[in-house]
Amino acid sequence: MIQFENVTKIYHGTSSPAVENLTFTIPTGEICTIVGPSGCGKTTTMKMVNRLIEPTDGEIYVLDERGEMRNVLEIDPILLRRSIGYIIQQIGLFPHRTILENIGTVPQLLGWDEVRIRRRAEELLEMMNMPLEFLDRYPHELSGGQRQRIGVARGMATDPPVMLMDEPFGAVDPINRNLLQNEFLRLQQEIRKTILFVTHDINEAIKMGDKIAILNVGGILEQYDSPANILSHPANEFIEDFVGADRSLKRLNLIRVEDVMDKRPVLIQTTQSVEEATNLMSEIDLRFAYVVDADRRLKGYVRSRDMKGKTGWVDELVEPAAAAIRLGTSLRDALSEMLMVDYTSVCVIDDQERVRGLIDNQMIQKAVIESQTAAGEEGG
Amino acid sequence: MADKNTLNRLGSVETDEKFSLQPTEKKNYWRRLGRLSFHDVLGWTVIPVLMIIVVILVYTQLLLPIEPGSMEANMLGSYEIGFKRVMDAAAEHIRLIIVSTLLAIAVGVPAGILITRQGFRDFSGLILGVANIGQSVPSIAILAIFMGILGLGFKTAIFALWLYALLPIVRNTAIGIEEVDPNIIEAATGMGMTNRQILLQIELPLAFPVMFAGIRTAAVINVGTAALGAFIGAGGLGTFIIAGIPLMRDRLILVGAILTAVIAILVDWILGKVQDRLVVPTATG
Repeated sequence: MIQFENVTKIYHGTSSPAVENLTFTIPTGEICTIVGPSGCGKTTTMKMVNRLIEPTDGEIYVLDERGEMRNVLEIDPILLRRSIGYIIQQIGLFPHRTILENIGTVPQLLGWDEVRIRRRAEELLEMMNMPLEFLDRYPHELSGGQRQRIGVARGMATDPPVMLMDEPFGAVDPINRNLLQNEFLRLQQEIRKTILFVTHDINEAIKMGDKIAILNVGGILEQYDSPANILSHPANEFIEDFVGADRSLKRLNLIRVEDVMDKRPVLIQTTQSVEEATNLMSEIDLRFAYVVDADRRLKGYVRSRDMKGKTGWVDELVEPAAAAIRLGTSLRDALSEMLMVDYTSVCVIDDQERVRGLIDNQMIQKAVIESQTAAGEEGG
Repeated sequence: MADKNTLNRLGSVETDEKFSLQPTEKKNYWRRLGRLSFHDVLGWTVIPVLMIIVVILVYTQLLLPIEPGSMEANMLGSYEIGFKRVMDAAAEHIRLIIVSTLLAIAVGVPAGILITRQGFRDFSGLILGVANIGQSVPSIAILAIFMGILGLGFKTAIFALWLYALLPIVRNTAIGIEEVDPNIIEAATGMGMTNRQILLQIELPLAFPVMFAGIRTAAVINVGTAALGAFIGAGGLGTFIIAGIPLMRDRLILVGAILTAVIAILVDWILGKVQDRLVVPTATG
């Protein structure tokens, strides 16, 4: 838990506050995204938690590992910072240190022995799905996305209950960012950290946050609520403008594909004969169907017009699929993927590339309408 | 077309391999030796071989006996400029450089660090300005000024050389530290490193290449400046030059000048090699 109580910050030599009278609480195990236009004090707010910036007025409490609420202003800043995970925008990996040494930064400061540091680093790399040989590499030998994952791993090195993240996925391309966001959300399901997450991107804020704090210029908290409530009930005009006119589209960020997908789609087996497949598809009037192997791994698709009058086995006619969506993807990302490859339906696959379901345009449309009516009822 | 593709693919495989092998490469000396390219071999041999040839030429063509009782002999206080005499002068010269450069490092590095610390930053302009003025005064003038204060001899020469070497070291230390990516410093602070830990574990290692370049520059400048030490009786290879000029004996001047140049080139080369060795690859891309 992180608790702000009437926190104000006025920078030296300025009269107007950067953050004004901020009061809100981030419950244990939740991600709170802070978002707002530039100059809204979101980074200042975050940095006051680990006292990189000292508040002018007010109190900040953090739940420590022993389960006690402690006023950060009464803890030695060096010790405080070592107890809070810190992940920043440009990653800030130390270029002259190996990945192992980078991940081991805080453990080493806390006096862990080498064996323990290495074991923890290996554990973290496994958690991040990265090969262990990376440990002896230097940051510049890794790609941007890999470095960003190491940055996250470094922040989690000592398993701190509270983490601060300042645009942690800002330095990678949109596709990688999406991947990292999904990975992190999945990880958060297990680790359940209390996270203060700063971003300037409202879509990221909606996607990552259990709660969103929207700040206005001068560090005024305009609304603090769940993403769904902010989208359906913006508190004022500022929020409405900031969230944007496409609110119903943004709501797609909140729905995962597994919530709406068809979990028992009609799939063709590679071992089936073309005749069998054609019959199956014409029975339910399908013009095209996805093909899987014996392990339900996606092989591609077949079209009924390609199979017309042909004999033999399905796997001779399979065309590779240009897109498949992973479990955990938001409907918004799924939709944009589908539009990009111009498909009306795509397979939903798990980490082992096995097909777990199918999603199409109509399912997405239905989900949007349902969520709109649900939000309306909630409001009324 | 097919050939070109193959070539491209081969090219990329090679770079990939080089990339992934980097850590092991360091440990495996023999493998490294096997990978030495023509370019590496040139880099290690050209300069030393050239310098040896030059020294041999000096030895065979210029080191001739001097007539007893001649003006040269009186000027040099000896009857010959034999091999031993030249070597002694060269050793003296090198001693001047090493002592003055080490002293300059001992003072310059802490000074450079100091002016990047909070509270002293405001003075960095002032300190660098003073050092700059010191640098722009001709070296011969510095020698003359301090000869009046400190007298003739080795100590005065060391002092002047030290003053001269100070600026590049202070400046490069400060620049090296200031150029460290602020994001890296912020990450270090945010993870709970103390200022001292940040300085020793982050700033200095990352500033090292720039600092070392300053030390290298200072040492090379000092080789030339040290030749002027002879004017105030500090010895060194300058002795031959200042003996040769009034007598118009080109031979003497050449011995001093060529050997000074040889030392300058060797100092630069050796420090360059040391730099290659010490600097960890930290491409930030």
